[in-house]
Amino acid sequence: MTHRWGMAIDLDRCTGCEACVAACHAENNIPISTPEQAATGRTTHWIRIDRYYEGAFPDVKVKYMPVLCQQCDEAPCEPVCPTYATYHNPEGLNVQVYNRCVGTFYCANNCPYTVRYFNWFDPVWPEPMQLQHNPDVAVRMAGVMEKCSFCIQRIKRGKDEAATAGQPVADGDIQPACVQSCPAEAMVFGDLNDPESKVSRMAESSRSTRLLEELGTKPKVFYLERGR
Amino acid sequence: MYSSIKQPELLPYGKIREDLFRPLSGMTKTYFAAILIPLLVILFGAYAWMAQLRYGMGVTGLQRPVFWGFYIVDFVFWIGISHAGTLISAILRLTDAGWRKPITRAAEAITVFALMIGGMFPIIHLGRAWYFYWLMPYPNSRLLWPNFRSPLLWDLTAIVTYVTGSVIYLYLPLIPDMAQLAEHNAPWRRKLYRALSLGWTGSDTEWHALERAMKLMAGIILAVAVSVHTVVAWDFAMAIAPMWHSSIFGPYFVVGAIFSGLAALMIVLALIRKLMGLELYLTRHHFDNLAKLLLLMSVLWLYFTMAEHLTVWYGNDPNEMVVFGARTRARFAPLFWLMVSVNFVVPFVLLGIRRLRSIGTGVIASVGILLGMFLERYIIVVPTLSNTRLPAATSTFYTPSWVEVAVTVATFAGMIVLYLLFSKLFPIVAVWEFKPHPHEDDL
Repeated sequence: MTHRWGMAIDLDRCTGCEACVAACHAENNIPISTPEQAATGRTTHWIRIDRYYEGAFPDVKVKYMPVLCQQCDEAPCEPVCPTYATYHNPEGLNVQVYNRCVGTFYCANNCPYTVRYFNWFDPVWPEPMQLQHNPDVAVRMAGVMEKCSFCIQRIKRGKDEAATAGQPVADGDIQPACVQSCPAEAMVFGDLNDPESKVSRMAESSRSTRLLEELGTKPKVFYLERGR
Repeated sequence: MYSSIKQPELLPYGKIREDLFRPLSGMTKTYFAAILIPLLVILFGAYAWMAQLRYGMGVTGLQRPVFWGFYIVDFVFWIGISHAGTLISAILRLTDAGWRKPITRAAEAITVFALMIGGMFPIIHLGRAWYFYWLMPYPNSRLLWPNFRSPLLWDLTAIVTYVTGSVIYLYLPLIPDMAQLAEHNAPWRRKLYRALSLGWTGSDTEWHALERAMKLMAGIILAVAVSVHTVVAWDFAMAIAPMWHSSIFGPYFVVGAIFSGLAALMIVLALIRKLMGLELYLTRHHFDNLAKLLLLMSVLWLYFTMAEHLTVWYGNDPNEMVVFGARTRARFAPLFWLMVSVNFVVPFVLLGIRRLRSIGTGVIASVGILLGMFLERYIIVVPTLSNTRLPAATSTFYTPSWVEVAVTVATFAGMIVLYLLFSKLFPIVAVWEFKPHPHEDDL
């Protein structure tokens, strides 16, 4: 049976600690964003924490929402790419092939979640951070688009290890960096084709919703709304 | 002696030939300066682009979420300008309007040059411009066809078709003039013109063939021109971004393109009339007709702009209303209302009131329209991208960097250089069009 990877994020549990962001940077060789980049809108975070404020000072409530590539089944970024740099893989992942990307920016314009990030310059790391690159992930050059891959290198390794052991991939064996590092266990990753998996059960929850669902993009990231 | 003659057709053919071939020879200091200064501007633009290639797209003002900026605005703007030649020349040729004769070639040349310039922008805009050929469908070592579902590929197809068609369309009516010029000229020019005239002898069969070819190309180019700007519009309309996803964009862009193209033609014609002393050939009459066409397009443009914005406002979709508000009330409002005034109010007054209508006011209105149409594209591209669907993702404001401005200015300089070179090599007014019809001689 083919897999259909998905994620569930319980917003009730999310504290906005940004451990997922840091883990993602380390896992996926994402350059460390500087204040200057932030001021010019040039930061890169495959997963980011969106903040929404409710109420007026001093009774302010901050609501956090981790936003990453929603791995849409009907991804608006895919048909517009002239070089198939972004395409749908057999496991339903929205894959970005850096080597094919010529940088038309069209995919990023057409992404309603604004989760695509561009390499404005060649990436640099402050010494000695360049020594801790993950060998499983390519470093992207200036001029290409990139985004969350659901840690496809971990998915591949997980499947390989299961195949070596002669067993099917067990639920929870594969964890993207963000899921693994979430101290509140707000994020769950798994196979949506397996009705018994934790992510499938969470997706069925009455609190489950998807971001900008009305656009018909069919995201595979499920947000569990906050209780009142 | 001829100043009383209102229609250039009535001048003796010998004088017409004399007048129109004269600007080809000789090289004045003014001409030299007029070509040198824009060349320096182009050099600076090239330097800016080099910097972009060397360091990355970060040298532009682009940022998340405004991934499209000045380059895309330039692209739509120049492709729009290219619609000058096709409309004037193809429609007027098909309807056999007599007044078109002195202006067709000047218009067709604008088309070809504007397309050459506009066609560069999708490449300049690429993150990895050196791989631009990956967008072209040909069997390659990557064993991968381009994605035909992408509007960018439709764009590429449409523009390549349009460039090819408009070069042929410019070239066909040049042939008889080339043959005339090949007879007497400097040796290198004689060689050039003889090669370009394709052995034209002026026989009846050749005239008939040319006539038919031009009619056919006029029909084809008309359809291609309309489709090209529709496809350019679809780059936006096919996206699900608020206020881009609009079915009216196709015709809206075509109207805007013809509008800006006519304005460009008005300016160019006024310039060559003055600089090349063609007052006898480009008369009040021509400018008057152009002004009327501009007026019509201005009203049509207003209609489309209103239809586009009224439906959004009435529909009251929250995401679209954010962009609508940014355009008409918030950050982009000054640009928006400036656009409405220079695209409609000013031309309507200057060209609509007959007493005010003259070559001078026509040029003033046209300069305003070019600015207005540049603003229109900016207002379509940037506010939509700045206002993302997820409120938290909206970032700082886009302003073009010196690189984008330098490249943009360089393209205008490029237009000047290309036009000056063209007018030195080829008669800017088609001479043979004034020739008494071959059959009239037989009678």
